[in-house]
Amino acid sequence: MGVEVRVEGLTKSFGGQPVWSDVSLTLPAGEISVLLGPSGTGKSVFLKTLVGLLKPDRGAIWIEGRDLARLSERALYEVRKLFGVLFQDGALFGSMTIYDNVAFPLREHTRRSESEIRAVVHEKLEMVGLLGAERKLPGEISGGMRKRAGLARALVLDPQIILFDEPDSGLDPVRTAYLNQLIIDLNQQTGATFLIVTHDINTARTVPDNIGLIYHGHLAMFGPREMLLSSTEPVVRQFLNAQRIGPIGMAEEKDSDELRAEAEAGVELPPLPPIPLQLAPSDGRPRRAEQSPGRWCEEHDVVPPAGSFQGVRGSVWQPTEALR
Amino acid sequence: MSPPTGTGRSASNTSTSTSTSTSSGPGSGTGKLAAGTGGGGPTRLTSGLRGFGHFFAFCLDALRGLVRRPFQVREFVQQAWFISSVSILPAALVAIPFGAVIALQLGSLVRQLGAQSFTGATSVLAVVREASPIVTALIIAGAGGSAICADLGARKIREELDAMEVLGIDPVHRLVAPRIVAAALVAALLNGLVSVVGVAGGYFFNVVMQGGTPGAYLASFQALGQLSDLAVGEVKAVLFGAVAALVASYHGMTAKGGPKGVGDAVNQSVVLTFMLLFALNFVITAVYFQLVPQRGM
Ligand SMILES: Nc1ncnc2c1ncn2[C@@H]1O[C@H](COP(=O)(O)OP(=O)(O)OP(=O)(O)O)[C@@H](O)[C@H]1O
Ligand SMILES: [Mg+2]
Repeated sequence: MGVEVRVEGLTKSFGGQPVWSDVSLTLPAGEISVLLGPSGTGKSVFLKTLVGLLKPDRGAIWIEGRDLARLSERALYEVRKLFGVLFQDGALFGSMTIYDNVAFPLREHTRRSESEIRAVVHEKLEMVGLLGAERKLPGEISGGMRKRAGLARALVLDPQIILFDEPDSGLDPVRTAYLNQLIIDLNQQTGATFLIVTHDINTARTVPDNIGLIYHGHLAMFGPREMLLSSTEPVVRQFLNAQRIGPIGMAEEKDSDELRAEAEAGVELPPLPPIPLQLAPSDGRPRRAEQSPGRWCEEHDVVPPAGSFQGVRGSVWQPTEALR
Repeated sequence: MSPPTGTGRSASNTSTSTSTSTSSGPGSGTGKLAAGTGGGGPTRLTSGLRGFGHFFAFCLDALRGLVRRPFQVREFVQQAWFISSVSILPAALVAIPFGAVIALQLGSLVRQLGAQSFTGATSVLAVVREASPIVTALIIAGAGGSAICADLGARKIREELDAMEVLGIDPVHRLVAPRIVAAALVAALLNGLVSVVGVAGGYFFNVVMQGGTPGAYLASFQALGQLSDLAVGEVKAVLFGAVAALVASYHGMTAKGGPKGVGDAVNQSVVLTFMLLFALNFVITAVYFQLVPQRGM
């Protein structure tokens, strides 16, 4: 029923260069969280540290009372059975067909018969829309298909904690919409804890319960979706609204001269766009972690931007609407 | 709009550190660059030592993987088949001229010393004790090791090995252990093959080209050779195979930096394996002569 992941003071560096430091956050059990951040800020490194592939310099990762950063190799392999991970490039086994790739965890970790395995693999491949490509090798399918095959493999053991590294990059808009719905539905059915790294602003605004933003070597903010979407903190605001005006520049951060020039030119920040409704499960029944729209804003006396929480649930947020 | 003064569900859940202090001016970029460089000889020495330490730890892990059940039979059979398919033909083709050269060299040398009746013994012993393990080492490192390293290196940079670990499977147990056994077995077989081909080549050159007599060739061999000569050759070959697979796997699994990194890893692994195997060959030979009494005439 989902597992809480608590990260405390995590710091990771490569050869003396910190990627990020002192990251503390809690992925609440059974909730969907999204991790955002400019390219190269170490989101993939964060996911790999969470599953124990990279050892942090400092800090702790608490899962079911065990600190992943201090576990022995053997104990790590045990804890990892809780996880389903989609790597940024799919990481399929190149020498196996799509079918064998998806069946691999079942064959390794369960005693199921081949016909049971076939049924499960069939179900997962259907879920990601890959029926018919089972006999192909990873080298013979497109990048988006590899992503979806990796997704099927990550889900095949019904994991409690699901980490997706950019599940939607390289997917077309229709597939991305289906994928977002799939994430919501999976969360409703399995109650697993999700952490999704994405660059898709629409996904970040409509899918998660929580949003985190890594920027310039630290966690700039992590909290409920409505908190970040109504935040006027410059970095968060710039990133979640995909604007050029703000502290983030092309090369990670703008220098003070640029910022001063920007301030002197008196560039007006456009108003915050309305907060869209969260995507709902397709069968209409609520998710366990679901909060009613506007609840966080009410509880914290934050006035949401005009026009928030209106319209059809889960409808696509239109950037043009916000600019009007 | 009011700023988000409130926090989330819990204090640890919400870290709202502002990032206004981050823009430290244009100098901040160069500072990062400078931090990476620096250090000279001592750094290289310690990093070399650290590399050796990592390799040693890897070897221990691999040994543990060897005894862990269940042994990966399928992977072993595939790898044994694969390594033999890339190494048998080159081994046989290298063995013929190698055996011939030794026969020619020793044949003329022994004749100069006036010990024609021992040409057979000298060339057979040279082939079985030394030449054959050396040829095996060259082939197993050059053909088998490079293939293992390239294969694992490609898997490493495609994150397949990471994915495998996350799926709860130890790549050292699953991939490296079967490769070590396969390489050791194939090396032993190769050594047998190279010995036979080398001795046959030596016989052909000695008897047919240099006019020796078949009887003398065989009789002299019986006088000086013993079964332990073949045994030590096989022991060498098994160790060479295992070491080549270990070095190749280590370099493959630690490859980094994209496709170029795999190329570098293969290159390093082959060079290092050659050096290691030749050194190992010397050590085993020296120990062998100390431990096993040689027959007199
Ligand atoms: N194994 C490694 N060794 C050294 N440096 C690394 C390693 N892995 C990542 N890095 C560095 O860490 C930084 C963060 O990389 P990472 O892949 O996590 O970025 P990211 O946030 O996932 O970016 P993107 O959104 O483009 O995927 C980069 O500067 C990268 O060079
Ligand atoms: Mg990444």
